[in-house]
Amino acid sequence: MSELAITVIGRDRPGIVADVAEVLARLGANLTDSTMTRLRGHFAMTLICVGPTAVEVEAALTPLAADGQLLATVRAVTPDGTTAPAGEPYVLAVHGADRMGIVAAMTRVVAESGGNVTDLSTRLAGSLYVVVAEVDLPLGSADDLTGRLSGVAAGLGVGFSLRPADPDLL
Amino acid sequence: MSEEPYAGLGGWTPAALGVPGEVRRVVCAPEPVLSRPGPEVDPTAEETVRLAADLVATMRVSPGCVGLAAPQVGVGAQVFAVDVTGHPKAVTVHGTFVLCNARVVEASRWKPGREGCMSVPDLTGDVKRASRLVVEGVLPGSGAPVRLVTDGFEARALQHEIDHCAGLLFLDRVAGAHAVYQRKVYL
Repeated sequence: MSELAITVIGRDRPGIVADVAEVLARLGANLTDSTMTRLRGHFAMTLICVGPTAVEVEAALTPLAADGQLLATVRAVTPDGTTAPAGEPYVLAVHGADRMGIVAAMTRVVAESGGNVTDLSTRLAGSLYVVVAEVDLPLGSADDLTGRLSGVAAGLGVGFSLRPADPDLL
Repeated sequence: MSEEPYAGLGGWTPAALGVPGEVRRVVCAPEPVLSRPGPEVDPTAEETVRLAADLVATMRVSPGCVGLAAPQVGVGAQVFAVDVTGHPKAVTVHGTFVLCNARVVEASRWKPGREGCMSVPDLTGDVKRASRLVVEGVLPGSGAPVRLVTDGFEARALQHEIDHCAGLLFLDRVAGAHAVYQRKVYL
């Protein structure tokens, strides 16, 4: 069964999710993992579904994009059968005056430490720029990474925190 | 820190149940029993006492488990076991205990935290819970009324288990659309 990666982005309006989900349901596409959010007035959906072919989904979504307000892409992807090595979950928060390259510089440090970004969002509010990322870090690497991030953050003039996000099993 | 409970556990231990517990299978969502409010129980009934002992036994053999509610072993009932002894985040600790028909009577100082659950093994979520808590319930076996005053991690565990008895999972209380995560670390 083919696994599809679908993105839909466009001017936000009520009913986008229902419209797209309805199209997929009619095709017998099973919506698995997805994230949908509003980014500066654009509604952005990234989702994985299984069932129909990419051609079928593209054809079914075409009427929704006909007014030029929505852009949809569909790609077949290979199911991810690999399991990432277990790391320690952390939350990295960065905030400061907006400038070029904050995400690039901070995530480069994380990558060079063997850390893996599993979730990330950014917001620009006035002149304030905020990055919040979920990162998996190699065991015992957090202190060293904090030191490296401090140097880069100081150069960028931003503040940051790196805190454990380990859940409590109840 | 700890306040003296108004009518505490009185030195209650699982030995007071007088029956050995058996380990039961823990069920996982979407098992319907996890989403149904459990009825109140007769704390003195033999089946309640046996269930209480089984919850303790099952909790004991489950790595990292600090609490287990009846719906998690497939029984819709307002019974749960808790034991946060030795947990690094615990402040007030009442040891191992089982409560029936428990309810929250006071809750304050709400704090966010990330929770996982044996019955939702692949996900975690950010949930606000009261860090100061007063709970009333009755003990299995004797039916003696209990009023527990607790805080911090034990308070979080109690709220999580009382929710289970009401047919609620932590998923029903997550802070928002982006507050559910794939679980990364398994015990």
